Amino acid sequence: MSHEHHQLDLTGVGFCYGNKEALREVNFSTHCGQRLALLGPNGAGKTTLIRLLAGLLPLQSGNIQWRENSITKARREIAYLPQVDQHQRNFPIRVKDVVAMGRFPHLGHLHRFRKIDREKINEAIDLMNLGDIAHRQIDQLSGGQQQRTFIARALAQEAHVLLLDEPFNGLDIESRCHLSDSLVELTQSGHLIIASHHQLESVTQIFTHALVLDQKQVEFGEATKVMESESVKQILHSCHPHAHERAL
Amino acid sequence: MNELFDIPLYQRAILATLIIGFVNGYASAFVLLHRSPLKLTALSHSLLPGVALAAYFVGLGVLSAFFGAVIAAVIIGVLTVLLSRVTKISDDTVLAVLYTGAFAAGIMVLLKLGSNQDLENWLLGNILGLSDFDLWMSFVVGIIAVALLSLFRRAVVIKLYDPEVAASLGIRTRLLEYASFAVLILVLVTTLQAVGCILAIGMIVTPAAIVRPYISSPETLFPLSGLVGAAGSALGLYLNIHFDLPGAGASIAATLAAMFLISVVLRSIFAK
Repeated sequence: MSHEHHQLDLTGVGFCYGNKEALREVNFSTHCGQRLALLGPNGAGKTTLIRLLAGLLPLQSGNIQWRENSITKARREIAYLPQVDQHQRNFPIRVKDVVAMGRFPHLGHLHRFRKIDREKINEAIDLMNLGDIAHRQIDQLSGGQQQRTFIARALAQEAHVLLLDEPFNGLDIESRCHLSDSLVELTQSGHLIIASHHQLESVTQIFTHALVLDQKQVEFGEATKVMESESVKQILHSCHPHAHERAL
Repeated sequence: MNELFDIPLYQRAILATLIIGFVNGYASAFVLLHRSPLKLTALSHSLLPGVALAAYFVGLGVLSAFFGAVIAAVIIGVLTVLLSRVTKISDDTVLAVLYTGAFAAGIMVLLKLGSNQDLENWLLGNILGLSDFDLWMSFVVGIIAVALLSLFRRAVVIKLYDPEVAASLGIRTRLLEYASFAVLILVLVTTLQAVGCILAIGMIVTPAAIVRPYISSPETLFPLSGLVGAAGSALGLYLNIHFDLPGAGASIAATLAAMFLISVVLRSIFAK
């Protein structure tokens, strides 16, 4: 299903923590079907931008529009996937329960799970190949399996936009390949993927587009072109010298 | 022995133990998932000065004790948040300072006002001394607490698992946190009379810890903890009466602790 007309537009977006400016003048447009990498050194504003898009930080300046409406009206369509080690450890919860959390925006506090909710949960579990481990405790799984569980939660939420914070962190090579394939499949099925990323050598393999931040927008465009830009090389080289050499 | 349970005093006590045990057990699932037993310890000790001051100003009664305890807990809770923000000292440290200070003040006021027996009752409880009104109050507050925790359980579980994901799903996490602690205060206040502010911690922490090794989902943790809380507390009271032991509240807390140890041993045997 194509959702390429579903567009995310950012105009003059900025954010300050107290007196400290974290981000300013971010302007770009992207749409479903794209995989956008957020790149930049530590403190460049990648996480701030993801948190703004996820509604975890209030918009202080600028405008964020999703499908030509304020993003605040479309929370249900935006899923946030934090780093895999962020959730509480040793929490007694199964994969299926975590996926079911995605139905909260549809059910609220009081409604019971309906047939449609169970169908969406099972569909998401099947799509992410979690059927065999659906009843296992989430903490017994590998990082890659946990990441797939969180993507399944986003699918159960019926989100169009998936915001991922450093999704490849701590994954082994096999899990990275699986996750990369999953992200490609998701965009092919009409989702928009936005992920902070610091493994420069894999940017062009995984992502279609890239946004480079250094407390302001440095570059935005197709991933291959952005990674060839001299100003981008300078910024990214200073924070990842070895990775960048590999990328070149 | 059975004739003992024909006596209204014991009938009331066993009914109260079942109700309070279930409600505390149900709430203990939240405490376990929230990882906040130390905060609860502080909270339960903070209730004492409220009870003491209520006794000082309007005389010692069930309702005055109830509202005094609630007001004290709210004041200590709000002061902890405010002072922690102003001083940048961790809220655990500020809470420890405030609750020990408040607890000490409460002991002094109670000693000044009444006998050592009154003080002992508030510290260690007196479940055999509960009136019909106390029983009704435990029942009503228990229903409210369990209903609220059940109604908001879905959001509570998501928030406890990952607060940021909960917020991104539209859950008002801060409001939910305050509301949850308000419910815990209600539960503690009704437990206070039964087992006292010190032993109340055992009732609101232990049941979920007993159940935890055997369950894999919050859906079962809450009700099962409630049932174990009720059964363990009733067993504690039964043993206390049967063996004519001193301190019913102490027997309940000790029984729950013993059940926890047995649960851990059994789990380690079956896990092999």
